[in-house]
Amino acid sequence: QEGFGSDFSSGASSGKMDTGTIMEQVKVQIAVANAQELLQRMTDKCFKKCIGKPGSTLDNSEQKCIAMCMDRYMDAWNTVSRAYNSRLQRERARI
Amino acid sequence: FSLSENAESAELQRLIAVEQQKAQFQAQVHNFTDVCWDKCVDKPSSKLDSRTEICLVSCVERFIDTTLTITNRFTQMVQKGAH
Repeated sequence: QEGFGSDFSSGASSGKMDTGTIMEQVKVQIAVANAQELLQRMTDKCFKKCIGKPGSTLDNSEQKCIAMCMDRYMDAWNTVSRAYNSRLQRERARI
Repeated sequence: FSLSENAESAELQRLIAVEQQKAQFQAQVHNFTDVCWDKCVDKPSSKLDSRTEICLVSCVERFIDTTLTITNRFTQMVQKGAH
């Protein structure tokens, strides 16, 4: 399997790529984009929460704060995901 | 296109649509988490306490309620001829 950035053209030139292979690539690319989005937002939030006045390095307390912040952000993400899913189910049940 | 190629193409479109819907859900979760983190999380601690959890859940629900309220009221405004 090639890297995350591979496109579908190699399959098209040889005639046909099967549905399974295409869907594998689609899912991987979506997953990668999702992870990138998570990291970008997490970095923004945790920098704001953990780094006061930027020094010449990240000190120990800042490192610890970042690690905890990452875990809490992912916990929050999961909580939000469950809450959103519940709401969607509830709305669908009304239709 | 042969008959089987058409069927395969339609199936592929359906599968991709499913993945797109999942991706849209994920994108919304990112947005909600972004907004609700600011509203609910004060200092990062060793665990999300129940107060914070409840706040996050309420935040998602109220954000959706706000979206619906705005959509409905805006629709009414447009129908009445406001800009």
